[in-house]
Amino acid sequence: MKLNFEVDGDDFLLAGEASSQVKKVLKQLGVASDIIRRIAIAMYEAEINMVLHANGGMVDVDISPEKIYIVFQDTGPGIEDIELAMQEGYSTASDKIRELGFGAGMGLPNMKRYSDDLKITSELGKGTKVEIIVYLNREGD
Amino acid sequence: MKVKDICEKLDLSVVAGETALENEISTVYVGDLLSWVMAHAKASSIWITIQSHVNIVAVASLLNLSCIIVAEGAKVDEETVEKANNEEIPILTTNKDAYCLIKELIHLGIE
Ligand SMILES: Nc1ncnc2c1ncn2[C@@H]1O[C@H](COP(=O)(O)OP(=O)(O)OP(=O)(O)O)[C@@H](O)[C@H]1O
Ligand SMILES: [Mg+2]
Repeated sequence: MKLNFEVDGDDFLLAGEASSQVKKVLKQLGVASDIIRRIAIAMYEAEINMVLHANGGMVDVDISPEKIYIVFQDTGPGIEDIELAMQEGYSTASDKIRELGFGAGMGLPNMKRYSDDLKITSELGKGTKVEIIVYLNREGD
Repeated sequence: MKVKDICEKLDLSVVAGETALENEISTVYVGDLLSWVMAHAKASSIWITIQSHVNIVAVASLLNLSCIIVAEGAKVDEETVEKANNEEIPILTTNKDAYCLIKELIHLGIE
């Protein structure tokens, strides 16, 4: 099953919409709630990063019985040093954004922690691509 | 314990999400940094915060939190109320601070 979303970079209100839709679909498909939770967290962080740091972008979701594969593609400023950006606490968020409770520098670490595979490719001035995989039927569920 | 019970016992005002006051409560999480909350708040928690903009609803909804208590008299935007009604996330307001609320919640037996 394939789903596509456009994330509006100006509309703060709608941030989280794609995550919320995907969560609903996964629930209907009967995916275990702890796995849905991990996907929701990772997706929300990626989505909100596109809004806050890259003026929006596209989300492509591919759900198979085995896994969910999500691609976030934006045409924002790009990330200069991905390793640095991945560090807990690293953030370039403005004071205005921080007042709203963003900018803890925990979004990328959360994506890593809650996904099974995270890949970030970025080119300065061109944009950033974030790919997330979460397996849907891990043993033990 | 349900959300409606703590509204009554802690004297909180319900500003949104009236349809979900039967939500069961597991525990409590306090925090104002959204990605921190994302990482650590457990399902069915009460979330105490002073953030009141619309993104708190997305966080609470994605994590299946039981309700949001907006503390210290922080004003809740209209968009936030509207979205919380749609997503059925109770938002409760109070002038009390997090410490006061937690003392009372512990007193009610919420761990
Ligand atoms: N899509 C993106 N485009 C450009 N820069 C990005 C993008 N995503 C992340 N970054 C950069 O990486 C930094 C770290 O991101 P991360 O999500 O970990 O923290 P944050 O968004 O600043 O704060 P938080 O997620 O805790 O609210 C950001 O501050 C920003 O500089
Ligand atoms: Mg972030």
